[in-house]
Amino acid sequence: MKPALKQIADPLVDKNPVAVHILGICSALAVTTSMSTALTMSVALTVVLVLAAGIISAIRAHVPSQIRIIVQLTIIATLVILADQLLQAFAYEMSQRLTVFVSLIATNCIVLGRTEAYAMRNPPLPSMLDGLGNGLGYSLVLMVVAAIRELFGAGSLFGVQVLATQAEGGWFVPLRLMLLAPSAFIIIGLLVWAMRVWRPRLAEPREFALRRPGKEARP
Amino acid sequence: MAERNPLRRFLDRPNDDPAKAMGVAAIVAALCALVLSVSAVLLRPLQEENRLAARAGQMAAMLEAVPGIAELLENGGIETHVVDLATGRISDTDPASFDQAAAAQDPERSTALTPAQDLAAISRREDESLVWMVREGDDLRLVVLPVRGAGYQSMIHAYLALEGDLNTVAAYSVYQQGETPGLGARVAEPAFQQGWTGKQVAEDGFVMIDTTSGASGPYEVEMISGASVTSYAAVDMVHFWLGEDGFGPFLDNLREGTWR
Repeated sequence: MKPALKQIADPLVDKNPVAVHILGICSALAVTTSMSTALTMSVALTVVLVLAAGIISAIRAHVPSQIRIIVQLTIIATLVILADQLLQAFAYEMSQRLTVFVSLIATNCIVLGRTEAYAMRNPPLPSMLDGLGNGLGYSLVLMVVAAIRELFGAGSLFGVQVLATQAEGGWFVPLRLMLLAPSAFIIIGLLVWAMRVWRPRLAEPREFALRRPGKEARP
Repeated sequence: MAERNPLRRFLDRPNDDPAKAMGVAAIVAALCALVLSVSAVLLRPLQEENRLAARAGQMAAMLEAVPGIAELLENGGIETHVVDLATGRISDTDPASFDQAAAAQDPERSTALTPAQDLAAISRREDESLVWMVREGDDLRLVVLPVRGAGYQSMIHAYLALEGDLNTVAAYSVYQQGETPGLGARVAEPAFQQGWTGKQVAEDGFVMIDTTSGASGPYEVEMISGASVTSYAAVDMVHFWLGEDGFGPFLDNLREGTWR
């Protein structure tokens, strides 16, 4: 595979930031009750990540290492506020539904993680591709989780009714749990498990073996 | 050969030089501040338009939810007036061009409040305010008053709709607030706002409405759990705006029929 393509494809599954590195869980819980909010959040995060990676990589040679984190954070926070302002100007209703979570992209570990680990050491183009790949990896997990939650929680996808709910004379009883945050934990947990069954090398080796019980004298 | 360009000379300094660290930090901060300021100024008109549209939509939704009002809106519609708060009568100001938020800021068109008067913690009150009325013939069916007050960490703006008896709350609808998400921000959610519908605001001229947990009786609104400051603010501002420094004189005139 071409290196550029591999850079985008790798974070989708094998190095997925949410399901493998377990980053960005907070927003993955919060915005996945419907697919449209999840999609907006995904686009916002991907755009911010790509631009931040590009800008930080372009100035990386001149960022003193003592202040590199705060310089990165300043640039990321600027882009996040810009994204929030643009949403408020052009997609007001969506910005009201996403409330604080767009601003919280600034604290999303994926963004700072990729800029610190990759963009600070690589030229702009690969850094932006890496950002794009990770953004898409995050988006993929968000969309899968949101699809499951919206389908079973409200019987719709992107707001279009797919399963006729009982309240409207259909047969489907919405699962209230799906609209609450714990369901996202459960779905992401099952997703991580499924991925490790599919790609066994994603599972970490045991850090230590459990002691066999029964040998010690009981108090 | 020494470099002539000062920017190049600066960038050529080693990265562990303190002057360079300070310089890079200052440049990044200045550029970011510039980008944000420009975007905030350029986007403000669009955002303001969105906010006004959302507010108008909320007003329409609030009025439609009041029983018996939707059909009145179709044939008569809603009247917008500007009230002089001191006299309690309709003023000559044109409602279409009246900017209440600007009036509240303008020392010429607002009055400073003493701490004893200032139940809503707004420090200045505009001299004139918009009100909306729905009438059926000559009978007043609904009056909508804009109220606002300081909450826990933001100004809470709401519409208070009173029925024709000027004592029963028809609806209470918060249209702008920046309270703590998940706690105080629930002041804008239907669960809290529905707690207002049908409550009585005053008894024998005294504003009685209050908020408490386990609300009962006609004067109590169910409080938001975990947001007592916000809940009290939402009620205190109603006390202020229905009092003599708020719409009190206007409401008296409405009862007497001398409001024009």
